[in-house]
Amino acid sequence: MGLDSRDSQARGSKRANGERESEILGVLQQAEAALTPGEVAERLGGELTYSSVVTILTRMHTKQLLTRTRRGRAYAYAPVTDDPGFAARRMRTVLEERPDREAVLARFADSLSDTDADLLRHLLGPDADPDR
Amino acid sequence: MRIAVYLPLLLSVIAPLGARPLSERCEPRLATWLLTASALILGVATTISLGLLAITGLIGVPFLAGLGHWSARTAQINDPAEPPVALLAGLLLGGALLTAARMLWRRARSIASAIWDAACMPTPDGLVIVEDEAPDAYALPGLPGRVVVSTGMLRTLDKAEHDILLAHERAHLAAHHYLFVALAGLGAAANPLLRPFATAVTYTVERWADEQAARATGDRRRVARAVGKAALAAHGAPAPRLSTLGFRGVLGRRGPLAGAGPVPRRVAALLAPPLTRRPGLTLVTTACLALTMVSTVAATHDLHDLLEVVGIADHHGPHHLDPDRSNHTASPFG
Repeated sequence: MGLDSRDSQARGSKRANGERESEILGVLQQAEAALTPGEVAERLGGELTYSSVVTILTRMHTKQLLTRTRRGRAYAYAPVTDDPGFAARRMRTVLEERPDREAVLARFADSLSDTDADLLRHLLGPDADPDR
Repeated sequence: MRIAVYLPLLLSVIAPLGARPLSERCEPRLATWLLTASALILGVATTISLGLLAITGLIGVPFLAGLGHWSARTAQINDPAEPPVALLAGLLLGGALLTAARMLWRRARSIASAIWDAACMPTPDGLVIVEDEAPDAYALPGLPGRVVVSTGMLRTLDKAEHDILLAHERAHLAAHHYLFVALAGLGAAANPLLRPFATAVTYTVERWADEQAARATGDRRRVARAVGKAALAAHGAPAPRLSTLGFRGVLGRRGPLAGAGPVPRRVAALLAPPLTRRPGLTLVTTACLALTMVSTVAATHDLHDLLEVVGIADHHGPHHLDPDRSNHTASPFG
């Protein structure tokens, strides 16, 4: 990224990408809510310019380290979880703990029978199926 | 006593036939309230009826009357509940109380552990994204609750559909749908005849959340599409079938939807015009529930009168006895 490298050179910083990413991840994890690039840049204390923060956040989002939601004209970013392994393990225990557990979870889309799936495809037309 | 005590039992046989039609014709929020109230009121009323029949049978047993110093004979004359009926009522009552208590205990524990799990999931905005290829998304009740979405589900849906998914799951949490499901389930646990109400409630809360998502995003077709897409993705990747034969009547009144699962029915409902409140259905349902409650109160009152006559309860006020039977009333105080 042109902007990014120009920025690093301007500041004479030779820090590795990974290091900056983990720094930004730390900021996001400590935050109470999702942060916009401007807020991240502010919390880093002017260490990086706005445009390089945007670049790094976008890259981290592409790597699925961050989730983003639209806030005004910018995106606000948040860590996928503090520890993805933890959340995945939790999710599995949540589901397997006991059969009654399913009754308190409101699933977006319940399981389908094969006939239900055919019926759905018919109702929605062919492009609804992600497998095609 | 006779009609009033049997009326809730009779209604619990007939009323569940209306559960599914109500869930599909009435606006989902109102339908959820009506169905949950029906399950709960009929469940409680039938349990009370069983209790009343069992007690009436018990006080007619001479041995017990001897122990408690009341008149079994008077009881038999005033309210001849057939001993087999009373015995059956007693057994059913035991079963009803046991299953209801077990269901309540289990569900309370599940909700408590869901709240605990929700509290353990760190998130700034109530949304938890988990690394998982399998497309999945659900609302986890809590204080506050969480919307859990897998990365697989996020990949399946586009941006506008993410908003729909979130609006849907947040509607579940905001309106405490798990409580409606639990209360309807409790009624059905006490009286298995009421199971159609509980099944209908699990469907109408989904419809309620679907319509809420449609209101939030302003496009019902788009919600239908998102629900269908997510369900098909979660269904896995079965070989696409060529046959669309037999689906000509999908949108017809008696099409294959009659036997379809909840997801195709939700999608079809979203593709159809929005449902209205159906004052007629609402009136019939509330009338049935009012009748049930009045019967239960009347039956309980009758039992109280009977207890007075045989000398278990205190005498106060007039009780309803036929004058020609009063000579049988052997007062224990005499």
